[in-house]
Amino acid sequence: MIRILWLIPAIPVVAAGWIALLKQGRRKLAATAAIGALGISLILSVAAFVEMLGNSATQVVNFRWLQFGSQWVSLGWLLDPLAAIMLVMVSFVGLLTFIYSLGYMAEDENFTRFYCFLSLFAGAMLTVVIANSLLLLFMGWELVGLTSYLLIGFWYHKPEAAAAAKKAFIVTRVGDLGLLLGMVWLYGSTGTLLFYNHGAGCLEQSALASLVAHTTIGGMAVSTAVALLIFLGAMGKSGQVPLHIWLPDAMEGPTPVSALIHAATMVAAGVYLIARVYPLMSAAATPGTVSTALQVVAWIGAITAFFAACIAVAQDDIKRILAYSTVSQLGYMMLGLGVGGVAVGMFHLITHACFKALLFLGAGSVIHGCAGEQDIRKMGGLRRFMPITFLTYAAGMLALCGFPLFAGFWSKDEILHAAHGWPISLGPFYLGTAGALLTAFYMMRQVYYVFLGSRRTVDEAAEAAFAAHEHAAHGHDEPHESPLVMTVPMILLGLLATFLGFVGMPAWPWFSDFMTGQVTTLDFERFAEAGLLPLMLVSSVMVFLGLGLGWWIYGRKPIVSASQPDGLEQLMPLVFGALRRRLFVDEFYGATVIPLARLGSVLSDGFDRYVLGGLAALTALLVNGLGHIDDAIDAHAVNGGFDLGSRGLAAGGRWFAAWQSGRVQTYLRSIGIALVVFAVMLLWWGKA
Amino acid sequence: MSGIGPLTLLTALPIAGALIVLALKRAEKLARMIAIAVAAVALVATLALWARFDAAAPDMQFVEMHAWAPSLGLTYHVGVDGLGLLLLVLSAVVVLMSLAASWKNAKHGPVYFALALLLESGLFGTFTALNFLHWFIYWELTLLPAFFLVRLWGGSQGAKASVQFFFYTMIGSIALLIAFLAIYLATGTYDFVTLAQMAQNGGLAAALQQNLHWGGWSGEQIGLVLFWAIFLGFAVKTPVVPFHGWLPATYAEASSETTMLLTGAMSKMGVYGFLRILLPIFSAQMQEMQTPLLWLAVASIVLPAFAAWHQKDLKRTFAYSSVNHLGYCVLGVVVAARFTGTDLSLGMEKSAALTGVLLQIFSHGLTAAALFWFVALLERRSGGLRGLEDFGGLRKVVPVFCGLMGIAIFASLGLPGLNGFPAEFLIFKGAFPLAGWATTIALLGLLLTAVFLLGILQKVFFGPLGTEQFATEVDTNAEKSRVTRPMADLSTMERFTVAPAIALMFVLGLYPQLIAGKMVGTVTQWTTPASTVNLMNATQAKVSQPYALGATVRRAQVNWKVAN
Repeated sequence: MIRILWLIPAIPVVAAGWIALLKQGRRKLAATAAIGALGISLILSVAAFVEMLGNSATQVVNFRWLQFGSQWVSLGWLLDPLAAIMLVMVSFVGLLTFIYSLGYMAEDENFTRFYCFLSLFAGAMLTVVIANSLLLLFMGWELVGLTSYLLIGFWYHKPEAAAAAKKAFIVTRVGDLGLLLGMVWLYGSTGTLLFYNHGAGCLEQSALASLVAHTTIGGMAVSTAVALLIFLGAMGKSGQVPLHIWLPDAMEGPTPVSALIHAATMVAAGVYLIARVYPLMSAAATPGTVSTALQVVAWIGAITAFFAACIAVAQDDIKRILAYSTVSQLGYMMLGLGVGGVAVGMFHLITHACFKALLFLGAGSVIHGCAGEQDIRKMGGLRRFMPITFLTYAAGMLALCGFPLFAGFWSKDEILHAAHGWPISLGPFYLGTAGALLTAFYMMRQVYYVFLGSRRTVDEAAEAAFAAHEHAAHGHDEPHESPLVMTVPMILLGLLATFLGFVGMPAWPWFSDFMTGQVTTLDFERFAEAGLLPLMLVSSVMVFLGLGLGWWIYGRKPIVSASQPDGLEQLMPLVFGALRRRLFVDEFYGATVIPLARLGSVLSDGFDRYVLGGLAALTALLVNGLGHIDDAIDAHAVNGGFDLGSRGLAAGGRWFAAWQSGRVQTYLRSIGIALVVFAVMLLWWGKA
Repeated sequence: MSGIGPLTLLTALPIAGALIVLALKRAEKLARMIAIAVAAVALVATLALWARFDAAAPDMQFVEMHAWAPSLGLTYHVGVDGLGLLLLVLSAVVVLMSLAASWKNAKHGPVYFALALLLESGLFGTFTALNFLHWFIYWELTLLPAFFLVRLWGGSQGAKASVQFFFYTMIGSIALLIAFLAIYLATGTYDFVTLAQMAQNGGLAAALQQNLHWGGWSGEQIGLVLFWAIFLGFAVKTPVVPFHGWLPATYAEASSETTMLLTGAMSKMGVYGFLRILLPIFSAQMQEMQTPLLWLAVASIVLPAFAAWHQKDLKRTFAYSSVNHLGYCVLGVVVAARFTGTDLSLGMEKSAALTGVLLQIFSHGLTAAALFWFVALLERRSGGLRGLEDFGGLRKVVPVFCGLMGIAIFASLGLPGLNGFPAEFLIFKGAFPLAGWATTIALLGLLLTAVFLLGILQKVFFGPLGTEQFATEVDTNAEKSRVTRPMADLSTMERFTVAPAIALMFVLGLYPQLIAGKMVGTVTQWTTPASTVNLMNATQAKVSQPYALGATVRRAQVNWKVAN
């Protein structure tokens, strides 16, 4: 299996290349190629997963890629439980999204290109998953960034979409540069970027020991510095505060893209990266302590989980609520990695992938059914029009809230449990618990606005315009249920959102055992472990509290009009206003970093234009001036002298010419005078 | 050694082509075809050299050496190592691309094509000559055609730009010439290979000390002055900030096809000088001046990236982007000069940085030439418009153009899978352990590159469809009325001519070993610590008479040739 593992990412990439060369009209062919390719990848992924079930030892294949001097840069791929489970998740959710898109994108004129980008994304993402080299991982990492950029800006004619795409690429690139720096530092320090290479990889004992032993600025171990730089990359990709600002804007892309890339897979790549380099993250820890790097991961995760959940409370766009929710959940995953380890964080990643993809697909179904409307205030009562969407959405919502027995309950509980036992501080635990309450609250609010109550529009005029628009787009007035290609993927994900959690419940911790290569047994006595049940109770109470609050504010009295102020706004207008403005993070960047960078560009340009340009002009002036002076010298001194000389010559010539009169008498007179003079001279000197 | 070798023939080929093209001035189409055919043959010839080049050997290959005017120290000495070979291929590729781009440009008549071929000869000569005197002739020979190409086929400010270009480059050239005359006076040789050997075994400093009496300056001081003079020559050409003042105007005012030549091939002459002359001959001075040089390199990366963001003209943006990309080359060269003693692991980092520089030379040449090609295609469609604000939503009307140009733009910003990434990765990989802070600051350049390149995509390709540019085409037949006509996408012919360049970007991105594999011997030779090089030569350092020294050096050359 390991020999052909590379086919898993390669097949979708080849499909993408082929689709790129197709004519825009070949819609069916393009979709078939993309879905078929990812289908094969899914089959291979499942095969790899099954192999891992039997023997979970890490397998690697390394190869030489690029030579410098006598050295080689090597790349490689690997298969271990972490990669196997991620492979299955990515290709499975990916395939469902691909199928869903058949319905969602059916009327888009760039359907073919959409599948090209999606396929390329799948290939790049699967590369990230199987990479056994930080460099190869980085390459896939940047390529998923590219496809994310292309797909956020898929409706490029919308200026907001174009701006959001650029923002996403640039903000994540800030993190990526940290990752790049960490990578070259790691390479320089260990001499390899291969994770595992039979004892010589950078995640293996000898390399880690040397990384811990060396210190750098501020007495920090090199391993810590490198780990933090890599985490910077993960923060960018996984939308951790303060680099989360791109993810909500990324919702400008088509909804299947939001589901696949900006909820289930790509944004989770940061979490996966940290899980992948976990030995490095935890390298500096001595027994009984937590490494600095993991402390940072835990704190950033906890802050993100709480911060984003707050903002989600006050958003009105159905996708933006989910986007902030995703940011918040990614924070939980980081928190899980920081306080609990790989299995804890990854379990939440997998369950979240299922229920968040489901929620986005549900949101897409709602948007599709409401002719493109995304404002939850203008929805309402949709449960009657879209029963399947409603039921599956409810399952996803309960899973996200952490409602007992749903998938999210088990995975989030595990994180909170680990946070509770964290030796450093209980702060992350409190943040996470508060976040759980908020999660239940904002989801309840959303469900009330969208599915419950009765249908609303802003006012009569908007109603008319809305209806007219809907006529034009779909030809009927009322919201409608989506076609089967869209609902079937949602039903499958709904089942997972409901039941997947059982593979990781304390009584049967198959997931973490699989990660660590142990055999799992069913043992209900584990529930009796100290503090576990009370903790579950606390988190359940939080969920019910959140749901209850949501009902109290939004459910008691039906929301009648789209323009009426939000229930929470009436209670706490100031807080709500600040949350609605997303706590001014964008404004903060807009007032600090961006003007500073602009200033840099103005100064740099000004330096060239005015200083260098001025110097050039000055030189030109100088040269020109010299030229004029030279000209003056020529005109007056040189030419003048020359003229004078010439005139003298001419005059002399004329004078001599006058002598040559041709008259013999004159000549004879001259000869006579000369003879006399000579005779006198001879006499004079001859005497002496 | 008698007879004419392949490198001489290669250098002569474009000149011959240029003469034929000039002779056929009347038959314009035929002249163009012949010019392109000659460029194609030159490319095939360089590829043949590439195929026959022994990658593992550290020495010069295809060497020709003839006594020419010994009394002047002039020996006709040509040869290539990996660096020279790479630049031969790059020049041939870029010239062919530029001529292919000019094919449809009605303004570019046979004289243009002939000058471009002449330029190609100058490039070939520069990249193969190993004796300063005739190297310098070629170096200047490239300047003349370039000057006329900018002046005669440039925009409205072309004359001014060309003078500025000429003036800047001339100052650099004069500094170069004087420095080399001084070196000749001291050592009695103009030969790069010999000088490099002398520099390594300490003979150069000794000779400068003993034979140049400049007001009691020591050999080190004289060496430093000469180093800065030569540095100036290459810094203007590359260019290194702040010697880049000529570049934005020149690149913007020259016709885009000419700019392809300037940025794709001619800018590499500066980097070539760094690698061929400064690094081997003045490594001691580069070590001494490491800190200021690092700052210059970082400034060349960061400041142009900032400036590029501020530009409103596509060509000026790409011009600054070009400075930024060559800044990475300068960074790689400068860190490779760092004194690292016998630390072998840092020797490896030097190999990485220098291999990265070589990859970057080729990669930037290809990408920059392609980008200006796309600008040329755009200008032809928009009637000369090339402002960022002149367009909008082009992807709607010319999707293939935007797709292919988009690939080139992403290659330029260093996306993995395309040619820019392996180069920049290796440079950073090598530079970070050798100069951590400088490298970290240089990362800012990578970020800003993304900012302004994506800004171009956003303004030109995305957003709502602009209206103005489609109404500018004037239909003279229809009573001079303005006819609205959508911009035409790339024709089949254009697609097929651009496609090989784009394909090459993918190939080099996925399989950079194609180039790196050929550079192994050269890079190893550059990074072998001086102490291990030919201890026998060390004794020669004590020779006092310049001419005697020249004689021993000449003997050394012969030995070296025999060894070859």
